[in-house]
Amino acid sequence: MDFSVDVASRTPIYRQLGDQIRSAIARGRLLSNARLPSVRELSRRLVINPNTVARVYTELERDGLLVTRHGLGVFVAPPGSDLTKKARRERLIVLLDGFFTEAVLLGFTSDEVRELVQDRVAQFQWQSGA
Amino acid sequence: MSDETSSSAIVIEHLSKSYGPKWAVRDLSLKVPAGCVYGFLGRNGAGKSTTIKMLTGMAAPDAGRVTLLGEDVSTLSSQTRSRIAYMAEGHPLYSWMTIGQIVQFTRPFYPNWDQTLVDQVLDHFDLSRKQKCGKLSRGQQAQVSLALAMAPDPELLILDDPTLGLDTVVRRDFLEALIQLIQSRGRTIFFSSHVLGDVERVANRIGIMVDGVLRVDCPTETFRESVRKVVLGFDSDPPDFPGCEGLVTWRRVGVELELVVVNLGPSQQAIIESLEPRWTDVVEMNLEDAFIEYTRGSKRSLPLFKWETNRVDGVAVERTA
Repeated sequence: MDFSVDVASRTPIYRQLGDQIRSAIARGRLLSNARLPSVRELSRRLVINPNTVARVYTELERDGLLVTRHGLGVFVAPPGSDLTKKARRERLIVLLDGFFTEAVLLGFTSDEVRELVQDRVAQFQWQSGA
Repeated sequence: MSDETSSSAIVIEHLSKSYGPKWAVRDLSLKVPAGCVYGFLGRNGAGKSTTIKMLTGMAAPDAGRVTLLGEDVSTLSSQTRSRIAYMAEGHPLYSWMTIGQIVQFTRPFYPNWDQTLVDQVLDHFDLSRKQKCGKLSRGQQAQVSLALAMAPDPELLILDDPTLGLDTVVRRDFLEALIQLIQSRGRTIFFSSHVLGDVERVANRIGIMVDGVLRVDCPTETFRESVRKVVLGFDSDPPDFPGCEGLVTWRRVGVELELVVVNLGPSQQAIIESLEPRWTDVVEMNLEDAFIEYTRGSKRSLPLFKWETNRVDGVAVERTA
């Protein structure tokens, strides 16, 4: 699993790394119970302050995506979430509305958007049921 | 000594120094917590080097005090001194000494000297102990300096523009070595640099000197997040900007107004709206851009490849800058 940071980007480093890990998990490139590099390893590989890596891991753990197993390392958390179904839906609706606003302003039709969504859905690893 | 002081590796209190009528450093106060990686920034001539000279006791301040690892720098015990490593600007080494000799020369000052580490670093860079320091390339000198700075396993490292003049690869090597150093807990690193990308990678906190005064002292991210460029688009000649809280600078660029604002909030937004621009754009920046906008000053930059429109008697006259 290859992570990278771009110091020229307007996005702060910690956010870039956080987004990359989230995306990797969502796309199934990092599976449940997969072990992530240690803070030391990753900070050395990316040539960034280990505090930054630690901070990303802490944040993702707080969001329920990662879990620390004492003495063993940091792992991708098994699926299932602390948030209620309602809260999860609401979070997604906010993102969807943002996406639709952009699509409308860019001049897309609803059919075009539907097609695009189908196409992109196929790229991700979805939970089955529940 | 207060609790606060004892958890700070560096305490600077009201430090001032002038050269003749000019203040190089003016009333500088700063605390670097133990374990922090502190990026000390500023344009050339802003007072960084003078400050570092006073930090290391190489220049005497006109006023104020520096405390390193709890001790006043002017009366530093040799015990405490051995826990501090310093890399001076340009990595000066005695040119007539060989690498082997300079290692032997430096070693006795530090009871914690790790010769294995020195050998590892020197071997890694293929440096022969018989080479004279004066014959080394700049990059090699930096590598030797770094080995000498790391060997005592110092609690506090003070680095004055350590990557100045180094090529891209050596600079990356240096940064990687620095990361390894950071990983040991409790080690404090204070360094000045012009390579903002590198600073963004490693620094927890930054300080920015402007004309001898410390204008910024905060976590790296706080600075990034506080500085915003706001661009206002108009149909024709933009008005003068009336000013607002946190305004760093503003300028007219063609039919646009560019503002640099710290802590953009509702009161500033209101002032911006009152000018009735056709559109507004708020730009986030990386550390380098934020630093440039913050320290560039009100002097116009030289737009070398830019066309400017000037109105002369109602006729637009185009001229290259």
